[in-house]
Amino acid sequence: MISKIDVLDTVNMIRSQHLDVRCITMGLSLFECIDADPTRCAAKVYDKIVRSAKDLVKVGDEIADIYGIPVVNKRVSVTPISLVGQASGGYLEIAGALDRAAKETGVDFIGGYTALVQKGMSAQERAFLATIPEALSSTDKLCSSVNVASTRAGVNMDAIYLMGQAVKRAAYLTRDKGSIACAKLVVFANAVDDNPFMAGAFNGIGEADKVINVGVSGPGVIKAALEQVNGDLTEVAECIKRTAFKVTRVGQLVAKEAAARLNANFGIVDLSLAPTPAVGDSVAWILEEMGLSRVGCHGTTAALALLNDAVKKGGVMASSHVGGLSGAFIPVSEDIGMINSAAAKGITLDKLEAMTAVCSVGIDMVAVPGDTTAETLSAIMADEIAIGVVNNKTTAVRVIPVEGAKAGDMVEFGGLLGRAPVMPVNAGSAERFIHRGGRVPAPIHSNKN
Amino acid sequence: MYAIITVVGKDKIGILSAVCTFLAQKNINIEDISQTILQGDFIMIMRVDVSQCTTPLAEVAVEIAAEGKTLGVDITLRHEDIFNAMHNV
Repeated sequence: MISKIDVLDTVNMIRSQHLDVRCITMGLSLFECIDADPTRCAAKVYDKIVRSAKDLVKVGDEIADIYGIPVVNKRVSVTPISLVGQASGGYLEIAGALDRAAKETGVDFIGGYTALVQKGMSAQERAFLATIPEALSSTDKLCSSVNVASTRAGVNMDAIYLMGQAVKRAAYLTRDKGSIACAKLVVFANAVDDNPFMAGAFNGIGEADKVINVGVSGPGVIKAALEQVNGDLTEVAECIKRTAFKVTRVGQLVAKEAAARLNANFGIVDLSLAPTPAVGDSVAWILEEMGLSRVGCHGTTAALALLNDAVKKGGVMASSHVGGLSGAFIPVSEDIGMINSAAAKGITLDKLEAMTAVCSVGIDMVAVPGDTTAETLSAIMADEIAIGVVNNKTTAVRVIPVEGAKAGDMVEFGGLLGRAPVMPVNAGSAERFIHRGGRVPAPIHSNKN
Repeated sequence: MYAIITVVGKDKIGILSAVCTFLAQKNINIEDISQTILQGDFIMIMRVDVSQCTTPLAEVAVEIAAEGKTLGVDITLRHEDIFNAMHNV
């Protein structure tokens, strides 16, 4: 029999330390739905999702009951819609079909209103990007992402400028709801095909027809384990590795079981540490447990680098397929420690940017003043994207220029999205730099062949 | 197929009897049992064989948790695999 201590250890992790499976995400290929007629295309998309994912929520709930572990979100991700809808151009009609299918199946979010334009854009893709603000403001569950750069291709600065404008427009269209549409829009460098987390999930073009990807979580578990460690930083790293291993094993178990029950391929386990605004579920508090007075102080980047690396090392052995983003998330509005520090001006946008160089994923859920220009938003994106391109990693920007809000205001998004103090942006201008447009060449180390 | 049951709460007369009666009604056999008092809390861990039980495990887990509420203790039932996954390499 399993030892008494191990049993109580698991029960305690789940009941007191917020160990949960953050999401079971079903990736679906929609290539078979392509049609020159927009209405027919939308109907095929709706039918395929409802047919494939009709049991997703039921199976997720059953697994939660059998293993006694919360499965917080069930989600669907689909083939990038800029590809599926290109033959018809009926992107908004498809957006409506995706939202209806999400509601019919009962999933929490559906991702994949996506374009991959890291090297260039067709006229249709340019038209697609222009539909994103309306698609997000006219739907409830739809999430969108755009890959604007990769280490191999360089940076598509024209796309970045378009996305700066799209974020601005999305904020305006949902001005009566705290500009919430921007929380469902991510701009990526080196986007991954098998990400189960929103808002950036889509089913990559090289993926199977029906795939189960699982995102685990557990910042509270790691924080609780570290409370028992008084040794040096090697001991801290070892403790994180051991705990990440246990957490990821749960993800592997759930992913295999869900894939079997849903007759789908087992894709990957994403071993990200994803915080929630709940007390005790904070990545920032792990860093503070390591010895920082408050997240954002000098030493934060080093502590985060240690955490991110140890999580990966512990998790990799625990799963047969690790993928997605896999690291520590630092979304400001979704982490009580980050919220508190930002509200007390203990963490700045500049420090956040530095932190993203050593963790997944990027400037995430950061509220900025409503009068921030599209050019400045684009410049924030360009900085973050450059970090990803040069360091050969995924980076992302999910920034919310809250209409009518000034630096220091607090904005409530509710639920898992939490609340965010509006952070000031640098008063200087990158307007001329952004207006130049074009393509930033790929870095020298991308030439590996 | 095995499951692990944990019972945690204030000790009182009849907890073990009530849990055993519930399991017998469900055709669930107890394979191993251990109990202890830790800092005033009653803690019981059982390994049970659920292969003869005709009720789906997910439903048994919900029902036994409700039984726990009636008894004033916290009862959980989980498929054994989650413990094996986390603690055995």
